Amino acid sequence: MKRQYLAKKIIQSLVTIFFVLVFNYILFRVMPGNPLAMIMRNPRASQEAIERTRELFGLNQSWVVQFWIYLKHLFTGDLGISFLYRQPVTEIIVARIIPTVLMVGLAQILAIIVGVFLGVISAWKRGSRVDVAALGFSLVTYSMPTFWLGIILIFVFSVSLRWFPTSGMLTPGQSFSSTFAMVRDAARHLVLPVLTLSLVLIGEYTLTMRNTLLDVLTEDYMTTAKAKGFDDNYLIKKHALPNAMLPMITLIAINLGLVIGGTIQVETIFSWPGLGRLMFDALKARDYPLLQGIFLLITLSVIVANLIADVTYGYFDPRVRE
Amino acid sequence: MSSIDGVMRRKKLKRFWNGFKNNRMATTGAVILVFFSVAAVIGPVLFPYNPMEFGTVETILQPPSTTYYLGTDNLGRDIFRNLLSGARISLMVGILATLISMFLGTSIGIMSGYFGKTIDSVLMRVTDFFLVIPWLPLVLVLVAILGSSVWIIILVIGLTSWAGTARVVRSQTLSVKERPFIERARAIGADHSTIMMHHILPNVFPLVFANTILVTAVAIISETTLSFLGLGDPTRPSWGMMLHYAFQSGAASSGAYWFFLPPGLCVVLVVLGFTFLGYAFDEILNPKLRRR
Amino acid sequence: MKLLRVENLKTYFHISEGIVKAVDDVSFSLDDGQCLGLVGESGCGKTTTALSINRLLPPEGIIEGGEIYLESVKLTVLSDVEIRKHRWKDVSMVFQGAMNAMNPVMKIGEQIAEAVVWHQQVTHQQAWNRAKELFELVELEPGRIGGYPHEFSGGMKQRAMIAMALACDPKLVIGDEPTTALDVMVQAQILNLLDRLRKTLKMGLIIITHDLSILGETCDRIAVMYAGKIVEIGSTEDVYDRHMHPYTHRLLMGFPNIHRPKLMPEPIPGSPPDLIRPPSGCRFHPRCDYAQEICQEQEPGMTTAGNGHSYACHFGGAFNG
Repeated sequence: MKRQYLAKKIIQSLVTIFFVLVFNYILFRVMPGNPLAMIMRNPRASQEAIERTRELFGLNQSWVVQFWIYLKHLFTGDLGISFLYRQPVTEIIVARIIPTVLMVGLAQILAIIVGVFLGVISAWKRGSRVDVAALGFSLVTYSMPTFWLGIILIFVFSVSLRWFPTSGMLTPGQSFSSTFAMVRDAARHLVLPVLTLSLVLIGEYTLTMRNTLLDVLTEDYMTTAKAKGFDDNYLIKKHALPNAMLPMITLIAINLGLVIGGTIQVETIFSWPGLGRLMFDALKARDYPLLQGIFLLITLSVIVANLIADVTYGYFDPRVRE
Repeated sequence: MSSIDGVMRRKKLKRFWNGFKNNRMATTGAVILVFFSVAAVIGPVLFPYNPMEFGTVETILQPPSTTYYLGTDNLGRDIFRNLLSGARISLMVGILATLISMFLGTSIGIMSGYFGKTIDSVLMRVTDFFLVIPWLPLVLVLVAILGSSVWIIILVIGLTSWAGTARVVRSQTLSVKERPFIERARAIGADHSTIMMHHILPNVFPLVFANTILVTAVAIISETTLSFLGLGDPTRPSWGMMLHYAFQSGAASSGAYWFFLPPGLCVVLVVLGFTFLGYAFDEILNPKLRRR
Repeated sequence: MKLLRVENLKTYFHISEGIVKAVDDVSFSLDDGQCLGLVGESGCGKTTTALSINRLLPPEGIIEGGEIYLESVKLTVLSDVEIRKHRWKDVSMVFQGAMNAMNPVMKIGEQIAEAVVWHQQVTHQQAWNRAKELFELVELEPGRIGGYPHEFSGGMKQRAMIAMALACDPKLVIGDEPTTALDVMVQAQILNLLDRLRKTLKMGLIIITHDLSILGETCDRIAVMYAGKIVEIGSTEDVYDRHMHPYTHRLLMGFPNIHRPKLMPEPIPGSPPDLIRPPSGCRFHPRCDYAQEICQEQEPGMTTAGNGHSYACHFGGAFNG
């Protein structure tokens, strides 16, 4: 890969990360009504506590020093103490990462496979009944609040049909005879959250795949490939898809921000013990240190994911690679 | 000169109207939106609703009946009346937030494209920042810090959703800028703001118009989601608030379908209406840009 | 036996505005090893004619009438599966390679080899070696076979495109504007290459172009198309020196000629006709300097001038005074 390209992308990401840090700082320390100001004004706080806070955040010193202290805390992994749990924010967050990654990962994989498949069929059979149905499905899921879709699925599959549990990751109070039994229980809990999140994503991926592929199909090289006598299957797999997948890579990365929005909603209604649910709890309790920590982690992961997507794009597209 | 302009405009309008009439997506969207607008305007007059007026033990969670067309909620309030008032709030939030977003997106996009150089790179870095930052968490944090009034919600949604528009407007501005009439305007001594307002804006407007409608859809979903997550304005009973109460009171598990189905369906229909209209306008106004 | 026979071909496009008669009753034929030039303004139906042979038309383009024979095979009635077996193996195409005719994310060697693997019982390695041979044949450095299209210059891409077209030893190669967008030097090189390969490999060649001037040294015969119809066809000498149709005359005017001072090519006044509602009578009459009343009313038939030279005009050769 071209080194210049890589360096440019990394520098861009670093600049964005710096923006995020400054933004976070302003949000939680400088803006009127910010949490720090609230602590300082809390009438119940002792003089001693206020003094300690003042010292800890360097409030007597210039804002440059204050910002420096803030950065130092961040880089040592010190995100403060949660109001709600009275534990270091870092510890609480780390424990919640795996459930979220598991759920989002499964939902993404499912959505990408189904979305690409539906998109290809729609584009190839443009104007057919399949195409119209896929288009309608995409528009409806796009117009639907994610949490509401989840509620409907709970109502249908948990409450009415009793197929899947409504909430949590494991059945509470149950002791499992084997690891397999535990995995099975967790899998049953995973079905509805993953389904909700993927349904929302499938619509979007289908639409994008369809439109990208329609563009690709009109390209001259597709006519060349067709003139070589290949059948439809080969044309799609060897010529159309490799070109259409490139924009998809970017979309999937850009979409990650939206996926996280969906995750907060899905985890909230299914009480899934991940970062999204944690954010909801922190919001409800106005637990600002925790909220700040989660927000920072989410934002940084999205930026890193975008960087990875850019690098991947560069790897797959020879025009960037050389 | 002005009469030629008038004729041109009337011709354009006529072509637009013909495209609109023959576009099934556009007409469906328009019918849905007219229906909900009428409901939002006259509904609360005919069926007034007070969110602070609670029912008694006998009237809570009543299924639909002739007294309560769509049943009651967990506090004994009439769901049908609540829906009508909710329509007003959801549409208001959607439209006002979109106006802010459009104003910001259009002006930042035009300035960025028109001035170029440093102004462009600074504005585009800011735009990229808003594009890359996960949107819902951002809005949640902002509303949590600034407070849950409906005006704050409008402001926050408006302030955070302009980046996509700015991008589209910028690239359109870049191409409009190169056309000869801009050169001519500059030659007769028009200043920057005149050129931007009178020459560039009318040419990027068709793009912005379709985009505006799509942003409204997003704004309405956002308000619903914020309210659902408990950040809504408790004094304004929007559809999202209704769903919040429905979920908190366990309406899904207790089978009170009349509680959580109607508000959600209303959101889906209104958002679908805006989406249909947005896509259709895009197709009619910008046929070459997106033949999809 | 003729290599290719196109008889009364009619290819129409069904679009929302109506039916576009892109190719309307076109007939011509080609002998083994012969080269035919198909010339006309853009939108006259020359590319549609070419795409009809291999049945590569977009969904809205339909062959409404006529037959196309490749040797004894009637291409127009083959099923989709059967026509695929003839594509590239019997009839291959050279598109305007300088543009986007090659897959940007696939190695050029791979794009040659994949066709060989598809049509012949060979391993991938054998196909790859074949691609290298072809690279040498079109005077490209075999070492660059693993390159991507964006790494090649316009002329190199066009050579690679030709190598691709020769991959399966086709009986007929159709070049659709094979030299457009190349500079004059490279144009000449590409035409020479095509001509040399046609003669050594003994294949039929059709060159489609809007530029009649490039065909002189390469083609045995030339067909001039206007508004979906062939208006004049004959040997290159006949068309160049003894043409009878005013449209051909127009195309040749201002044509660089060593016996005359060079003139700027003169654009033909008027615009190409609307093929949904073509002009009555002779389709060229609204733009013709010699049109009379009959030209508006009656469509001219083909007049033979001997030696396989024929033209469709009521007043053939009127411009000679």
